[in-house]
Amino acid sequence: MKPGHEIKLWTLNTTCLVIFIIVGIIGMGYRLIHGLGAVTNLNDLYPWGFWLGFDVLGGVAMAAGGFIIACAVYIFNWEKYKPISRPAILTAFLGYLMAVVALFLDIGHPFRLWHPTIMWQVHSVMWVVAIHVILYTTTLAIESSPMLLEKTGMKTTLKLVNKIMIGAVIFGVMLSTLHQASLGAVFLIAPSKMSPLWYTHFLPYMFLISAVAMGMAMVSTEAMLSAKAFNHKIDREIFSGLALGTFRTLALYLALKVFFLLKNAGLAPLMDNTLESGMYLFEVILGIVAPLLLLANKKGRTDLSNIMLANTLVIAGVLINRLNVCLFSMDQYAVTKGYGYFPSIMELLITLGVVSLGIFIFKLAARYLPLFAKV
Amino acid sequence: MALNRREFLKISAGSGILLASDLSPSLASEPKSLPPEAVGILYDATLCIGCKSCMVNCKKYNSMPKGALEQEYGEIPYEYQSDLQIYDAPIDLSAKTLNIIKTYTNGTGLNKDQEIDGFSFVKQHCLHCVDPACVSVCPVAALFKNPVNGIVGYDKDKCIGCRYCQVACPFQIPKFEFESANPKIVKCQLCRHRYAEGKYAACCEFCPTGASIFGKVTELKAEAANRLAAQPGTEYAYPVKTVDSAEKSVRKVSGYVDHVYGLTEAGGTQYMLMSGVPFANLGFNPAINDQAYPDITWSYIKKVPVLIVALLTAGTVIHLKTKNRKEKSTKGESGQE
Ligand code: SF4
Ligand code: SF4
Ligand code: SF4
Repeated sequence: MKPGHEIKLWTLNTTCLVIFIIVGIIGMGYRLIHGLGAVTNLNDLYPWGFWLGFDVLGGVAMAAGGFIIACAVYIFNWEKYKPISRPAILTAFLGYLMAVVALFLDIGHPFRLWHPTIMWQVHSVMWVVAIHVILYTTTLAIESSPMLLEKTGMKTTLKLVNKIMIGAVIFGVMLSTLHQASLGAVFLIAPSKMSPLWYTHFLPYMFLISAVAMGMAMVSTEAMLSAKAFNHKIDREIFSGLALGTFRTLALYLALKVFFLLKNAGLAPLMDNTLESGMYLFEVILGIVAPLLLLANKKGRTDLSNIMLANTLVIAGVLINRLNVCLFSMDQYAVTKGYGYFPSIMELLITLGVVSLGIFIFKLAARYLPLFAKV
Repeated sequence: MALNRREFLKISAGSGILLASDLSPSLASEPKSLPPEAVGILYDATLCIGCKSCMVNCKKYNSMPKGALEQEYGEIPYEYQSDLQIYDAPIDLSAKTLNIIKTYTNGTGLNKDQEIDGFSFVKQHCLHCVDPACVSVCPVAALFKNPVNGIVGYDKDKCIGCRYCQVACPFQIPKFEFESANPKIVKCQLCRHRYAEGKYAACCEFCPTGASIFGKVTELKAEAANRLAAQPGTEYAYPVKTVDSAEKSVRKVSGYVDHVYGLTEAGGTQYMLMSGVPFANLGFNPAINDQAYPDITWSYIKKVPVLIVALLTAGTVIHLKTKNRKEKSTKGESGQE
């Protein structure tokens, strides 16, 4: 069976992708030669910007679909999700790749990206995160490799990979759970700078829970898109199952959000008409409350276009959350010191290039590899 | 069995995470007491005349080889580029300025060291925290605290430029050379290059009034306590340049707010400040409390080994338990395969 061969590779969309990638690569070259100041609007009060908040934190959150599905298929042995496991794991791999490329560009010395592997510093969450990224990206590569090996007919390697697969998956789920949490832990050190709207000692677990919701929404969206694009049928039960999972996780997330809001900040900072309160409300209403309402009853969880809308909102909400935690939660602090930040055109273009590269590779895989093959 | 963070590392690396997780409930972070020979600075705003001699000499002596501002081509990094580099007027700490004198004014601004209708100077630079947030977050240990004298130094060859130290430092001290393709973190390193030669911080050596004095932290604390105890209006012999100096400047005590900044803030610091004006007015973030920042993160990190083992075990157990279901369902669904 050779699914995917009916996929047209060279469409107008693909041409656009390739243009974005080329523009992105030129921008990257410029950044490597001239330094961060030449391409970004970063400053001493906003040391972390769009690349970190969106490409790295967002990319990793989007990759949560990979561990959700790996967990469902390999650990809980829920076979019905198996047909969508390959695209989900590939997306996760690409999400991480995107994060690594962005990190490479974002750190002041890109070619020292490997330093944490030999210069250990266990007190640093950043070190913990770096080690996770390396191990997990490798694990995802292993998890994605059967497609390539099947295609190239490397039978012995394929057998070996299949043998270690379950081990790799359990290891990967562990890494990725911790990684999502650790990314939240990165911000634990800044209680006196971050707005109490977001800061809580529970931040690592908030990141984890929202990543789980995002992961389910991602898997469901990917399945829906690929079903449409590649004309194959997917069991409806998969979507309602995922929708129920998303609903429950979001409900827990909202409860925790409200609890910590009342506990740490109270309602006053919500009414103060700053960028922070606006972004907080935007994130919570658009990304949590609205999808919860959409998925609240059984009917909503069977209507595909309704689920799709809810998924989009959940994904957008979590992406906004990451930007909020990384950037806007420290805005008041920066403003009182006379600084501000808005991403430069170059930062946005390079991000666009990185994202396009991910989509392009996904398309290539869909075209040439048994991505949607029954496994 | 109590373990400090370094032993924890050794065990994790040497014996594998399993062992470390057994021990982790008893993990304790390193004691955050002052290093034995800790040195630091005491700044007294009531003595400061705002002459900025400290700033000029800071820049001059740190631009020399091994200094914190050392440049590739050896020139002094002025804030403003011009052909005639004859003056420098920084308005804030930056990748070119390690130390800055700022002014607080209120109302008419006539009375020195008074909160209302007065003014005060304040000297800003790295506080050399007893348990520094910047050191704890640096993923490659490019920032480090000298175990003997407590100076927080920086190794530019290790630094990857992630700027986590900038996010972590509650005092907003580390600055980054955004404009360079070969960037460094820049911050006061308490003239450790001069200290190694038997000298001391340039800002203190060139302070004419005794507003900035260098010395052992224990002696600086005692000196600060004496000043706080002295009655306003009485005469006091203020040591100049170093705390144990024979050179004194005798003048009347003008009165302090009843606190020495840095005794307890962020777990204590080796740079301490005294002033007639409340510290929140001098630019110190009032949200900074007495907690040592690295503790907050450590309470998460120390759970990681336990979480690793718990997740691996849970994953394996669930996998094995639900395997039957898989076998059943594959049989049931084999028609579709
Ligand atoms: S003041 Fe900031 S830069 Fe200086 S030691 Fe403390 S945390 Fe580090
Ligand atoms: S920027 Fe350099 S010194 Fe600062 S935390 Fe990152 S690696 Fe360490
Ligand atoms: S040299 Fe001394 S008196 Fe002059 S500005 Fe600096 S601290 Fe104040």
